[in-house]
Amino acid sequence: MKKQPLWKTLCCVAGVAIIFFLAWLAEETQGASSMLVTVLKKGAVYALIAVSMNLLNGFTGLFSLGQAGFMLVGAYTYAVLTIPLAKRQAVYQYYAGGCITVEVNFIVALVLAGVVAAIFAALIGLPVLRLKSDYLAIATLGFAEIIRAIVQWDSLGPITNGSNLLKTYPTFKTVMSGSTVLFPFIVSGICIGIILLLINSTYGRAFKAIRDDEIAAEAMGINLFHHKQMSFVISSFFAGVGGALLAMYQGSLQANAFKSSMTYEILLIVVIGGMGSVSGSVIASFLFIACSEWWLRFLDNVTYINDFQVPLLGSGFRMVVFSVVIMIVVLFFRQGLMGDRELWNLKIPKRKAKQEVTKA
Amino acid sequence: MKKLAALVLAIVLALSCLTFASAEDTVKIGVFEPSSGDNGAGGKQEVLGIEYANSLTPTVEIGGKTYNVELVIVDNQSATDKAVTAAQSLVSSGVSIVLGSYGSGASMAGGDVFAAAEVPAIGVSCTNPNVTLLCDYYWRVCFLDPFQGSVMANFAYDKGCKKAYVLSMLGEDYGNGLAHYFVEAFKALGGEVVEDTFPEGTSDFSAYLNNAANAGCDVIFSPCATTYASLIIDQAASQGITFPIMAGDTWESSVILDAAKGKDVDVYVSTFFAEDETNAAAVEFVSGFKAWLNANPDKLTNNGGNDIVAAVSVLGFDAYNVAIEALKAAGSTEPAAVAAALPSVTYTGVTGAISFDENGDANKDMAYIKKANTETGEFDFEKTQSVAGLAE
Amino acid sequence: MFDMLLPYLLAGISVGGQYALIAVGYTMVYGILRLINFAHGDIFTAAGFFMVYLVAALPLSISVPLVIILTVILGFLVERVAYKPLRTAPRMSIMISAIGTSYLLQNLMWYVTGGLAKQYPVLPWISDTVRIGSASTKVVTLVTPVLTVLLVIALVMLINHTKVGMAMRAVSKDFETAQLMGIKINNVISATFILGSALAAVGSMLYFTNYSTVTPTVGAMPGLKAFVAAVFGGIGSIPGAVIGAFIIGICENLMKAAGYTAFSDAFTFALLIIILIFKPNGLFGEKTAEKV
Repeated sequence: MKKQPLWKTLCCVAGVAIIFFLAWLAEETQGASSMLVTVLKKGAVYALIAVSMNLLNGFTGLFSLGQAGFMLVGAYTYAVLTIPLAKRQAVYQYYAGGCITVEVNFIVALVLAGVVAAIFAALIGLPVLRLKSDYLAIATLGFAEIIRAIVQWDSLGPITNGSNLLKTYPTFKTVMSGSTVLFPFIVSGICIGIILLLINSTYGRAFKAIRDDEIAAEAMGINLFHHKQMSFVISSFFAGVGGALLAMYQGSLQANAFKSSMTYEILLIVVIGGMGSVSGSVIASFLFIACSEWWLRFLDNVTYINDFQVPLLGSGFRMVVFSVVIMIVVLFFRQGLMGDRELWNLKIPKRKAKQEVTKA
Repeated sequence: MKKLAALVLAIVLALSCLTFASAEDTVKIGVFEPSSGDNGAGGKQEVLGIEYANSLTPTVEIGGKTYNVELVIVDNQSATDKAVTAAQSLVSSGVSIVLGSYGSGASMAGGDVFAAAEVPAIGVSCTNPNVTLLCDYYWRVCFLDPFQGSVMANFAYDKGCKKAYVLSMLGEDYGNGLAHYFVEAFKALGGEVVEDTFPEGTSDFSAYLNNAANAGCDVIFSPCATTYASLIIDQAASQGITFPIMAGDTWESSVILDAAKGKDVDVYVSTFFAEDETNAAAVEFVSGFKAWLNANPDKLTNNGGNDIVAAVSVLGFDAYNVAIEALKAAGSTEPAAVAAALPSVTYTGVTGAISFDENGDANKDMAYIKKANTETGEFDFEKTQSVAGLAE
Repeated sequence: MFDMLLPYLLAGISVGGQYALIAVGYTMVYGILRLINFAHGDIFTAAGFFMVYLVAALPLSISVPLVIILTVILGFLVERVAYKPLRTAPRMSIMISAIGTSYLLQNLMWYVTGGLAKQYPVLPWISDTVRIGSASTKVVTLVTPVLTVLLVIALVMLINHTKVGMAMRAVSKDFETAQLMGIKINNVISATFILGSALAAVGSMLYFTNYSTVTPTVGAMPGLKAFVAAVFGGIGSIPGAVIGAFIIGICENLMKAAGYTAFSDAFTFALLIIILIFKPNGLFGEKTAEKV
């Protein structure tokens, strides 16, 4: 791989700076509670989560459905460690204030969120990563469910508050005065940047080799298990950070929300963006969140135009339209928005859809 | 071609969200309620009370100017994660004050969004203490779980029950909270308790009911969403469980009545209001509300297909009027001004006098216990219980 | 002791039978397409809703067969729309399509029902209460295992002794060779989905008679558990799926009896992972070498 010319790097930096400035501008002009800013914040969080899943599913070819579980671990690590000591009595109302008596800085907690999720991934990866495609999918899905059950377990209540809400930890509003939108952009930006560097490194090329042909990769001297494990752990690290960001965005946290349907949503974002495209995942995240939270919301309201009730509109119709669109993408635009190209090298033609000629 | 189509689609979507600039002289009240999900049935009834109040008081005079009141209704889908974005969409539509929600979990999750935007919210039937305790922008017009839990514990103990089986859903703040306070009170009275929780989406309650019977319990207390309530009642009946089943305010719903009708079960609920209340305001409300329901087939369907007055509808009615009073007192449609005016608002509603304490909770001290009549399919009034009565 | 456990065993056998009827659908589809049909649990739920809406308008004697027919049509359509166009695509794409279909069906049901739980109609006789020893339960609890076993025997006969069955076996052994031998692959696959959906429809009638409310997401968990049952028994093997389903149903209820109610779902997945690690082919699965 040849070195990127300087002007390209500069262009990238400038592009990122412009995006950050526009996000900041949006909040200044539209107000922190406008729908646009909401979408930007949630979109940034989902972008990180989607990219972390893409690293695993799109770049390494490991079909894992455990993302919600790792997000859960990250979110809980963050929340449990950052709830102000003074508020613990009220939050852990059924567990006499809980048993954790430390309160750490939110940045430290964010990193720890990733670390704990990564440790979980390392442990889970040992047995699970030896499984093949759909067995791997169902096993990781199962692990996510098990993690959720454990977190909700009453005996762990003094730590996790059982199945009850966690609140009062630092959120986007409290950690950065003046702008609620910049913090998720900065954290997501840094994390996605790290993932990009990783993908373009030797390791990244090894991941892609494993995706394209495991046996050939092994023959080339790539340690399959080692690289799979690495991809799994790194992806989970960022999923954990993403989970913590999601908790910050929501302002309250409950294990119940991290169901397999959450993983499915992220997977669909990755597919829409294009498996194997970081910028695709990012764009798809913002589009997905904007559509589901904002642009399509009018479909949910019964609307009258001069006494004529617009047919079909009603609660839930938004999600129907939305899922139909997703199915169309899945069936007819299998490459998604970007295929496996990136925004900065669009000129390279899309790779032809891999026909599974050799594999039965 | 594909790209062009995608572009056109994106533009249409972007334009469609820029429509409907709001007219002058309208004040918006947000209604933050579930109309789908586990609590959908109850949420709809609460909205009915609010809509009825809106039909009686469609305008409000703020600072010498008459405003039309517009209700902005969103569905929080009974889920804490969906509630956040539902709350966001209310805030961004520019509401001055918010009413709701049925189900404490959604209120607690939405509370942060309202607090961040400094929009006041009035909880209608969310009874968990943390709704107001952990959120400075939440007030409420109903009683709290510690009170409700001890009411039901006393009621069960007075009926001669000595060992209670307490069953709530994992991750539901309302049920876990109420169960917790029930257990506390019941143990304090000298009763024994077996606690259990079930995961969301459970449909097989036979094992839980077996656990209750095998442990020698003589009463079941199960504060949970009505979706599960009907399953519990149905399976209790088919397993021949004869001891009483009790729950809190959520169970006061026609879903329960339908499930219990024609079956050999004893179901008791505590709630905020009884239809056969004799004071003038209540009589007037009940007759007016029934007439309004019967005149609107859609509304009647939302009420569960009959004109039984649910306590949450009454609370919704009161909450709307409290909001109107707060708007008048604030003299402005600015959310922050309304929030500042709200703590000192007092109002005498159908469910009694409403004033707020330092936490933002209404000083309510009366609960009504009702029994499901398995023949007529209605709730029979059993007794009232006040805080003073508990102290004795 | 036995008296205490009896109700749990009854519930376990009954729910096991219902899982079995779903699991057969999974295992047949997997056997032929190597696809986890994530939408199968939602087809099961849809069958429940068909019943709710049909009974409101039609007498029971018409609605019961109509429910089965509608469910079969739904299963057929799902295959034709969501899976057939992807026949030559990588396996991951088909699985994503399955997840998307499940998402679509759930949202569609949410929209149609307004997201509210619906009361399942009372079916005569099987809803009655009976006493067995010290336990009391619905007749459906006793009917389920019997009916399940009968249906599965019928299915096995069909697979072993009819032309369609032979074609199915051939396709699941070797997709491409079967095609070369003149077997109409698409017809065989459709037949698989039709059989699976019909069994899911019967399963849904039994399931919802026991647990009388239908919500749009109610099928997700039984669906996943049935899949675990299919893996447990050895995916592709019909008797394996049935036995796996009964084991899971009973274990789950014994877990609850032991007081670990919060872990009954997690337990199923733990079982799955243990099986996948130590005996990836399941109890009765055929040994397959990974082809390059």
